[in-house]
Amino acid sequence: MLSAAEWDAIQLSLRIALSAVGWILLPGIAVAWLLARREFPGKALLDGVVHLPLVLPPVVIGYLLLVSMGRRGVIGQWLYDVAGIALPFTWQGAAVASGVMAFPLFVRAVRLSLEAVDPKLEAAAYTLGASRWRIFLTVTLPLSLPGLVTGTMLAFARALSEFGATITFASNIPGETRTLPLALYSLIQTPGQEAAAARLCVISVIIAMISLVASEWLARNARRRMSERDGKGAAA
Amino acid sequence: MKTPDLASGTSLAIDVKKRLGRFALDADISLPAQGVSALFGASGSGKTSLLRLIAGLDRPDAGRIALGERTLANVENKTFVPPNRRRIGVVFQEPRLFPHYRVRKNLAYGMPASARPRFDTVVGLLGIKPLLERMPGTLSGGEAQRVSIGRALLTDPELLLMDEPLSGLDGARKRELLQFIRRLVDEINIPVVYVSHDPAEITAIADHLTVLENGRILASDTLENVLLRVDLTEQLGGFDAASTLSARVTGHDADYGLTELAVDGERRLSVPLYDAPVGTRLRIRIPARDVALAVKPPEGTSYRNRLAARIEALIPLPGDNTALEAVLSLGDQRLRARLTRKSRDDMALAEGQSVTALIRSVAFDTRWHRD
Repeated sequence: MLSAAEWDAIQLSLRIALSAVGWILLPGIAVAWLLARREFPGKALLDGVVHLPLVLPPVVIGYLLLVSMGRRGVIGQWLYDVAGIALPFTWQGAAVASGVMAFPLFVRAVRLSLEAVDPKLEAAAYTLGASRWRIFLTVTLPLSLPGLVTGTMLAFARALSEFGATITFASNIPGETRTLPLALYSLIQTPGQEAAAARLCVISVIIAMISLVASEWLARNARRRMSERDGKGAAA
Repeated sequence: MKTPDLASGTSLAIDVKKRLGRFALDADISLPAQGVSALFGASGSGKTSLLRLIAGLDRPDAGRIALGERTLANVENKTFVPPNRRRIGVVFQEPRLFPHYRVRKNLAYGMPASARPRFDTVVGLLGIKPLLERMPGTLSGGEAQRVSIGRALLTDPELLLMDEPLSGLDGARKRELLQFIRRLVDEINIPVVYVSHDPAEITAIADHLTVLENGRILASDTLENVLLRVDLTEQLGGFDAASTLSARVTGHDADYGLTELAVDGERRLSVPLYDAPVGTRLRIRIPARDVALAVKPPEGTSYRNRLAARIEALIPLPGDNTALEAVLSLGDQRLRARLTRKSRDDMALAEGQSVTALIRSVAFDTRWHRD
């Protein structure tokens, strides 16, 4: 039903998007927590930098990644010398690019839900003998679960649809960095491939719909678990 | 009774300064390591700020806090024990239960292994056994506050802080929970610092009273002694001027519906039948307005309770020049009486004089059912 090239693109897209979400999870929660709960010099700057991918053209982000993480870039050279890792023109590089683009969306969602957690509960846990770390894991994080789910799904969707930063930083290599959007772009550029392009388009729509429904279901589930508790209280 | 229990070295010594915006707290007090110590004052007087400093939720700008031998905070040598290592339980104004945990898990949240054997006792004492598997969102205000008291107790604290824990509850629930708290104090024998702006709550529960105003300590002594401070009439306006006496049940008269009490070897009271075994020690409250004085023992009066007394002091009430208060000594206990200036002049009362105190009503302090 699907051609080998199509399968490649689908698998690659999912792998890259999942990896992207995977690596931004911890730093994203950390940054969201800093922005939601801490006052420190340079907070506005951090806030601005985190949001850059949202307001800059993706190509600019791709270019900045190339400059910093390319073989000659400061970080890229270090990575290559120390760990032997080269990011440009690899699927890992594509995951980095998609992750950077998804980062602000994730941080925004998590930050909002962290801010909604009542600091009074955290203070109560503190007086009950819990360390800061235990408070975070047992009170703050569980109570911001709905935002965490939403943020993860948003980030996944954003990573799946990434185009500009990926093609700039990781290029468009079949089987390595040619994700669905890139494959579709290539087909559109090739005369006589209109039917294949249309097929990829339909596939993209189906994947988007599936993840949208899944995210709705997860978020509703998380919300319902919370409101059930409150709802019972109101009834009693 | 007068000074906090310094001998055992476990009193709570506080000498702190803290500035919060335009408000400045400057407190130097020592609270006993026994019973209930109330912090009383209008809102904005600094009682909650003081409580937060004791809990470690805020840092003092200067000074130190020590619980017995243990320094909790000392700004000078930069000692600061964070709240999670102070072994001080806090019950807040709102229950602050974790909404995502069942009652049982809320109770166990801060419970060390050493407190596990007490779980059932505390649960039983607070009457929350039927609630264990419920989610906090399904509890009523009184139930939730009881769970939060249990949760704090089960951390095995050396001190329990309560910040107006009854403010969200209605009258009946309030009385019920007050009794719970008093029972806890007596049965678990844990010192409590109790913040409140409600005189009724404080008279019902406190042994020691600290009065705050604008961030300063006006008085800090036993409840009886502070309530005797006529110079604080304005601040203590909400308290009924009353004295507290200790007495022992010596007998019951079922026919007349009376209970006989002995205040000491020679002074007796008879009060409406009170269901307590002979020998029980009680604390009774006598409103100053319900005490009349007679120069010599009167004949043919319906006042059944007459106590021989000596006038220790006659104190004018600030802001009211028609009345004054007499502090009477009954052996080693004290009794307050309100009288008009005219009565004093007509009867020619003077300090040192022997009189008879006529008592119209006696209220019981249900919190003292020891022995």
